[in-house]
Amino acid sequence: MNTAGNVSIRLEQCARTYEDGTRALEATDLTIQAGETVVFLGPSGCGKTTTLRLVAGLDEPDEGGKVWFGDEDVTAVPIERRNVGMVFQSYALFPNMSVEENVAYGLRVRKVPFDERSKRVRASLEMMHISDLAKRRIDQLSGGQRQRVALARAIAPRPRVLLLDEPLTALDAKLRESLRVEINRLLRSLGITTVYVTHDQGEAMALGDRIAVMDKGRIAQIGTPEEIYRSPSNAFVADFIGTMNRIFGQVASGLLVFPGGSIPWTGPTPTAGLMFRPEDLKLAVPGSGNFMAQVVTAFFLGDHVRLVLDTGAKDFVIARIFERRNFTKGETLEFTLNPQTLVSLED
Amino acid sequence: MQAAIKKPRRSTLFWMQLAFTLTVCAFLIVPVLMSMTAGVTLNYMTGVSGGITTQWVEKVLTDYRGPILLSLQLATACLACTLLLGIPAAYVLAKRQNAFTRAIEELLVMPVAVPGIATALALIVTYGSSGSFRTSWLFILVGHVLFTLPFMVRSVLAVMSSIDLKTLEEGARSLGANFTQRFFGIILPNCSSGIIAGSLMVVTLSLGEFNMTLLLHTPLTQTLPVGLADTYASLRLEVGSAYTLVFFIIIVPLLIAMQWASNAISQRKRT
Repeated sequence: MNTAGNVSIRLEQCARTYEDGTRALEATDLTIQAGETVVFLGPSGCGKTTTLRLVAGLDEPDEGGKVWFGDEDVTAVPIERRNVGMVFQSYALFPNMSVEENVAYGLRVRKVPFDERSKRVRASLEMMHISDLAKRRIDQLSGGQRQRVALARAIAPRPRVLLLDEPLTALDAKLRESLRVEINRLLRSLGITTVYVTHDQGEAMALGDRIAVMDKGRIAQIGTPEEIYRSPSNAFVADFIGTMNRIFGQVASGLLVFPGGSIPWTGPTPTAGLMFRPEDLKLAVPGSGNFMAQVVTAFFLGDHVRLVLDTGAKDFVIARIFERRNFTKGETLEFTLNPQTLVSLED
Repeated sequence: MQAAIKKPRRSTLFWMQLAFTLTVCAFLIVPVLMSMTAGVTLNYMTGVSGGITTQWVEKVLTDYRGPILLSLQLATACLACTLLLGIPAAYVLAKRQNAFTRAIEELLVMPVAVPGIATALALIVTYGSSGSFRTSWLFILVGHVLFTLPFMVRSVLAVMSSIDLKTLEEGARSLGANFTQRFFGIILPNCSSGIIAGSLMVVTLSLGEFNMTLLLHTPLTQTLPVGLADTYASLRLEVGSAYTLVFFIIIVPLLIAMQWASNAISQRKRT
C-alpha cells in the first residue's frame, strides 16, 4: 500500500504553557525527516505527549511557535485537516461500529467512493492480519486485536504522518513484544513519517530511527538508539536508558584508582565520575583482571545472571554475566573493565 | 455410600419473608387492580358481579378526549425540547469540567427539588400577565420542560462520563471528521442508551405531572392528570376509575415500547 506521500515535520520554537501556568514544553526545535520514525521517550510528565499533540494538531504551541509539515505551515490547522493518522493508548475505537466500519470511517468522512473505500479497508485489515475480524463488534475483541484495528483505521486514509501515543502500554508484556514487531514491519513497509511516544526504552530502541529522550519539557538528547545508549550526553539520559554504573576515582601516577580497581588514565580527575554499562564488566581469569568486587546478590534471569557487586564504594555495581557459572554470596570475583567503554559525563 | 437427596428445608424465616413480600406487593398492586376493575363495573359498590360495561371508558374517551390528546401533545413537545436542550447541555457539561459547569449541573436539579407548585407560582408571577401566553398550552410546556430537563441531562451526562468522550472525539477528529460528522456519527450513537433512558423519564414524568400543571392550566388547557383529579372530585367513582384505566392503556404500551427499544440497542451492542 502506498501512502499519500511522506512529509517532513519541523517544530520551530514550540513551547506549551497550560492555563494554570504549568510549562509542559520548553521552546523546542526539532526536525523529523520524511519517512523517518522518531520516538519520544521519557517518564510521565516529561512533555512527550504534549509534543505529540502539537504535531497532531490536537493542541497549539504558545505564541511564536510554528509547526511545519514540509513547506506548509500547519500551526493553525486543526487535526481534522492535517491528514494525520493517530493511534491512542486507549484505542479510541468507536463502540457503535464494527471493525470494518471503524476502519472505513476516515474514508467515509472524506467521501471516498464506496468501491475505493472497501478496497482500502480490505487492504488495511490484511496489513494488520485481522481480515477475519471485519464483521466483529469492538467489545468482542481482545486488547491486542483492538490495537490492530486502531492501526488499520489510522493507515486506511493514507495519512501524511503517523502518530502513536503509547500504543502498547495497555497490553501485557508478551503481546507488547509481538505487536512491537508488527508495528516495526508496518512502519518499514509504509515508509511513513512516524512519531511514536513511549516510556518503554525497549520499544524506543526497537522502533526508532532516532530517539528523543525527554526530561522536564526539554529534549535531553536526540540520536540513533546506538548513540543514545553508547554515548548518553548527560546523567539523566544515561540513567533512563538501561542501567548505568557510576564510579568515582582519584588520579595517581598515570592511573585512575577507584574502589575495586584502577585503569590507565591521563588528564585531570573526572569529578562527575565515570559510567559504564553492566554488560561492559567481563569475568576475568584470576590475576588478569583490573576490577575486583564481592557478590552481594545474584539474580538468575535465564539467559544471563545479574550480579549486584560491592566494591567498598557508596553505590553497588551491577554486572550482567552471560557465562554459565554459579555465584555464591560473598564470593570475590575478578573482572576486566575496558577503559574504552567508560563514559565521562561532566554535568 | 448412599447419596441421600434431601429437599432443603425452608426455614420459618423464609416463609415469613415470603409472606411479608407478598403482603407488600398486594398492598401496592391491589388498589391499582381495584381501580382498574372499578372502571368497567356498572356499579362500583356491587363489583364485577353486578355487570361489566365499557360505558365509563367511552364517556372518558368522549368527554376527556381534549385533555388526553393535550397530554400526549405536551409529552411529545416536552421530549423534543429536552432532547434539543438537554443533549447539547450534557455534552458541554461533560466536555468542560470546571467549577462553573459543576454549579450548573447542581442548579439544573433545582426544579426537581423545589415543589412543583413553587415553580408554577414563579412562572405565573413572571409571565401570568401576558394573556395569550398564559392561556396557551405552551405555558404548561415551559413548566414541564423545566421539570423534566434535569432528568434528560443527568442520564445523558452519566453515559457521556462513562465513555471516554474526549478520546473518542479526538479519534474521530484525527480521521478527518468535522464537528457535525462526529456529533451525529460518534457521540449520539454512543450515548443512545442514556438518551433513551432520559426520554423514558421525560415522557412519563410529563404525562403524569400534576402539581405544577394544576396551577399552570386553564379550563381550556386541561391535561390528563388534571382531568383525572377532576373526575374523581366531581363525577362518579366509576368514571374516575375508567379514566385511570385509559391512562394505563396509554402509558403501559409506551413504557414497554421504550424499554424494548433500549434493550434492542444494548443487544445490538453485545452481539
